[in-house]
Amino acid sequence: MTDANLLARALADPQTTLGLDAGGWAALIAMARAEQLIGSLAHRLDGLAMPDTVARLCADARLSARHARRQALWEAEMARRALAHVDAPVVLLKGAAYVATGLSAGVGRSIGDLDILVPRDVLDAVELALIELGGWEWVKEDAYDDAYYRDHMHELPPLIHKDRDRMLDVHHTILPLTARPTPDAASLIEESEALSDGLRVLSPPDMICHAVAHLFADGDLAGGLRNLWDIDRLLRDFGERDGFWEALGMRAQRHELTKPVARALRLAEAIYGTPVNDDLAGARRPGDALYLSRLTARDGWGREIRKLLRLAFYIRSHALRMPPAMLARHLWTKWRKG
Amino acid sequence: MRHEFRLTVGPVGFRVGSDWRGPIDQLAALYQGYPEPEIPDFSVRLFAQRPWRRFVRPSVMIGGDYMLPEAAPLSLAHGLLAAEMGMNMQMALGQRRFLLLHAAALERDGRALLVTGESGAGKSTLAALLGERGWRLMGDEFALIDLTNGDVHAFPRAVSLKNAAGDLLAKEVAPERLGPVMRDTPKGTIRHLRPNDDAIGRMGETARPALLLFPRFGYAAADVDMGEAEVFVRLTQASTNYVALGEAGFDALARLVRTVPARAIDYPDTQSAVASVERLWVEVAR
Repeated sequence: MTDANLLARALADPQTTLGLDAGGWAALIAMARAEQLIGSLAHRLDGLAMPDTVARLCADARLSARHARRQALWEAEMARRALAHVDAPVVLLKGAAYVATGLSAGVGRSIGDLDILVPRDVLDAVELALIELGGWEWVKEDAYDDAYYRDHMHELPPLIHKDRDRMLDVHHTILPLTARPTPDAASLIEESEALSDGLRVLSPPDMICHAVAHLFADGDLAGGLRNLWDIDRLLRDFGERDGFWEALGMRAQRHELTKPVARALRLAEAIYGTPVNDDLAGARRPGDALYLSRLTARDGWGREIRKLLRLAFYIRSHALRMPPAMLARHLWTKWRKG
Repeated sequence: MRHEFRLTVGPVGFRVGSDWRGPIDQLAALYQGYPEPEIPDFSVRLFAQRPWRRFVRPSVMIGGDYMLPEAAPLSLAHGLLAAEMGMNMQMALGQRRFLLLHAAALERDGRALLVTGESGAGKSTLAALLGERGWRLMGDEFALIDLTNGDVHAFPRAVSLKNAAGDLLAKEVAPERLGPVMRDTPKGTIRHLRPNDDAIGRMGETARPALLLFPRFGYAAADVDMGEAEVFVRLTQASTNYVALGEAGFDALARLVRTVPARAIDYPDTQSAVASVERLWVEVAR
């Protein structure tokens, strides 16, 4: 049965697409769109022989990605201006950070929201500046959700810009406060690196740690292929640098993410053939196969497949995020509110 | 998927997959003679919300490469409409090669008339009528503006005729060109009309835009010139991908507004509208 291994192979080794027939191409494109990897794929395939229709669709996707990049950088600049008078470091996360630093993870990437990280003790000032000066507002005003975010999450409730209609997530750490590992948020900011405009990005090993935290804990592995593709690209960019892998090991430990990082390395190697450090990746574990199966659960029409496995990961993601009694209370409240 | 139909409309190829046979058979009848794409630009999926809903009170969910999170399901009797909406959704959300305007487009002598306006302004009815009266129908739903040279690409899907318009056209065209009557859809009674052979056969031919009309139904016949700024703003609202295209969208729209004369027209009935169009085409079109 066709699954998203087709897409993973095409990304990792674009030459494998040379043997595709019309049906294979249709499946590849549908999957890439469903996994929001069409822009990344279009860049990977650039210059290879392909049918005219595919070449056209790839050109469209590259154009969209270029626009997404420009918009992401503009949103980052808007946030920088709004926060210029708040005396605190502002760290760009994920897509915006990748394009701002010219990393290959940013090439062709679709970028939705802007994600920034600020110290927790300046959250109030940041919130005020974004709303009063920047023109952002809450997506929805809901007392329970608001309190939930503030007490238990790693970010403020989502903001949206009044005129530009773009979302902004303000983080103060990289995992929900209820999750078992507790990353060292202060140290993330301390070790971050300044860009020329004063905004900052995480250090290379911390960027990996965040991508890993995002892959596993922040959701039910939805969008997992894309998140893992980020990790693959980042590791290929950083892997050759002196001392990178030692630093990654130390930072993973500091953020209590040693096991998730190890698993992410093994999954990236298995799916995208990422060169990884064997000591950090560790030996294969029985659970890996389930992850691989979940990550590639998509058919040639772009449909989700392996529903039971998906459900299991969904439940597990909530179980990881909060203790059982709290989970029950949370789901009960959400259900009552409809 | 269990059942599948493929069609090319102008420069765009679709594949429509369905859990049921019915909508696919209706599509195949309506789009008989349309070329089949080898590799589609977009996939549309008509599927049951839960496995048993294929059989029990079947309701059709609309999906595809690009989806709206809250698209409501339709009854299986309206499966053909679901397929049409699915194709529209792909174009509106996913099309990046053209600037898309919610507009009917008609061609004469290599030049295009664009008719835009809100739902209910009567652009589909007018397009269908003109398409039977010496104009080549390029499309009743989307006008595709080329980002590089500003030309209009034809997108002659079946025309979606609402309520009384279905009866009006039934008097003018051969019955085999009409789809099934679908009552009580979210958009009222709908009947599709297959464009004529000329429109289908020449769907690959582009045209230079020559006149822009903004019709309004239900008023005494009148037409007024429109300023460039108003035309520009109204067209940004009529475009589904203007924002997503960024600079390329701005350039294409600015060129269109600067080079094509525009008129707002009021009309009390379709005969009056047809007469206004013919007159303005002679007096104003570029």
